[in-house]
Amino acid sequence: MRESSVRPTSRRRFNAGSAATHAALSLGALVMVFPFLWQLLTAAKSLAETAKVPPTFLPDTWNWSSFEEVFTALPFRDMLFNSVLNTVGRTVGQLVFCSLAAYAFARMQFRGRNVLFALFLSVLMVPSSLLVLPQYDIIQRLGLLNSAPALFLPGMFSAFGTFMLRQFFLTLPKELEEAARIDGASSFRIFWSIMLPLVRPALAALAVITAMWSWNDLLWPLIVNTDPQKMPISAGLTSLEGQFETNYPVMMAGSLIASLPMLVVYVFLQRHFVQSVALSGSKS
Amino acid sequence: MMSVFPSTAAAKAAGRGKRAAGAASDAPGPPKSRSQRAAYLFIAPLGIGFAAFYFWPLLQTFFYSFTEFGAFGGNTWVGTDNYVRVLKDVTVWQALGNTLIYCAIGLLALPLAIGIAALLNRRGLRGVALYRALYFIPFVTLPVAVGLVWNWLYNGDYGLINEVLEWIGADRRYWVSDPSTAVYAIGTVMVWSTTGYYLIIFMAGIKGIPQDYYEAAELDGAGPLRRFFTITLPLLSPTIFFASIICMINSLQTFDLIYIMMAEKNPAIGDTQSVVSLFYKWAFIENAQGAAAALAFLLMLIIAALTLVQFRLQKRWVHYA
Repeated sequence: MRESSVRPTSRRRFNAGSAATHAALSLGALVMVFPFLWQLLTAAKSLAETAKVPPTFLPDTWNWSSFEEVFTALPFRDMLFNSVLNTVGRTVGQLVFCSLAAYAFARMQFRGRNVLFALFLSVLMVPSSLLVLPQYDIIQRLGLLNSAPALFLPGMFSAFGTFMLRQFFLTLPKELEEAARIDGASSFRIFWSIMLPLVRPALAALAVITAMWSWNDLLWPLIVNTDPQKMPISAGLTSLEGQFETNYPVMMAGSLIASLPMLVVYVFLQRHFVQSVALSGSKS
Repeated sequence: MMSVFPSTAAAKAAGRGKRAAGAASDAPGPPKSRSQRAAYLFIAPLGIGFAAFYFWPLLQTFFYSFTEFGAFGGNTWVGTDNYVRVLKDVTVWQALGNTLIYCAIGLLALPLAIGIAALLNRRGLRGVALYRALYFIPFVTLPVAVGLVWNWLYNGDYGLINEVLEWIGADRRYWVSDPSTAVYAIGTVMVWSTTGYYLIIFMAGIKGIPQDYYEAAELDGAGPLRRFFTITLPLLSPTIFFASIICMINSLQTFDLIYIMMAEKNPAIGDTQSVVSLFYKWAFIENAQGAAAALAFLLMLIIAALTLVQFRLQKRWVHYA
């Protein structure tokens, strides 16, 4: 508590109430993080040790072979790659399609604007499971089953993304557009080089939240890509559960590796995650 | 396929009409018709995607729900047979009951998140960003990974939860394969993994409450609990309303955790099946697409009805400042 001598107020802050708050919050945080710690500890145990009663907390001997075994038990590398394709495809698609439409809805005057916008927003209300049967049909007819586009095609179009970006475009000042228009810039040019850079924070927030949903999506990949070589990791790991029902070290190692990319993205882009969630919450 | 957009010619005519009617502003720029066309071009890519993957499928599902799929392609019209089948099927009612249980349990994430958000709102508290980050991690994590580790923690023979329970003198159980506990075991994981998400929404909501309200209340001698109930909770009610709708809609569509945590041979599977997991089973395992489509429509009606009820009830408890 060296700081308290520098800043007299902080001594007052560190009272009993604050200590109790920290105790409660830390306990909660432990509950949130413990399963991942347990995952790591289990992954490092031998198969025999995971069946011990009572369970050991720390591994008797640290054994990292499960992390290699995952790559031979499944086409794990392909699955990770498919996840990357799925995530990049959906994210880029949403950024392009949603920002274009959002800009038009926010800044352009045209006939039927409100009706179209309401129609687009209605997509938000429809449960995704209601649509997967015909969506599957379309993908099949396009001959895209078990391909990367099958994973990301429907997910490239988002009502949520359009709505969120529109809210941002609405806040921009009108003068910028008018000045550019007098200079003879085309609508697309105004959009691309003037307005789009101004909503970069919203684009970043949409990108991280879309990336997360895409990486974690399960139902759709399970339906369209049934070939293990073409599955993303979210679906691929479930087949590990079927094959290795009791091999907990390998399952935990696989889970950890598969969760890692999003955790890294989260740690580095936390601000945008928080922003995207907070945005989705405040604009009701 | 139906087109959502008026043709270009119609758009032009519309633009002209509007201009003739004197609706055009005196804003500088290209003729109205050209900027109108640009607007439609901006919307077209998303519109085509929506038409192909959302609007058209919606109509298709509606059509499917009145047909029976042939084994070798081709649907036959069966009228309302599928709806009758859905309403008569015991497993549907069971899945519906389970789904409502998930919804009820899932909503527990809200009071938890509000409580944590209120604690984090304590003035001068350190480490807020760290706590927020730690609480949010379960939400970011791959659902499969979440399901697998919780299955392992719940394991009846070697699971850590049983070990802890035994240590405090409680009975051990096969949490996920015991029909009387399985749905709660899965619901608990749901709450665990979504609390962080609502926490962020509520923290943003609390931030919007003017600090002077708290200061005034403090001067009047209101303690932390009193301030929470008379200031935070009422002023947060619009956010709570929004979050409860999102939470309800999401938990009515529970699928991932059930799919991951329940093996097909699990004795408790019927007691945990949600409407969406039953839909998946019918549509993609048992090839009963027509009935599955009817089931999906039933789910949509339930979601719409419950959302409507919430909107109706909001007048009673949501205060807009």
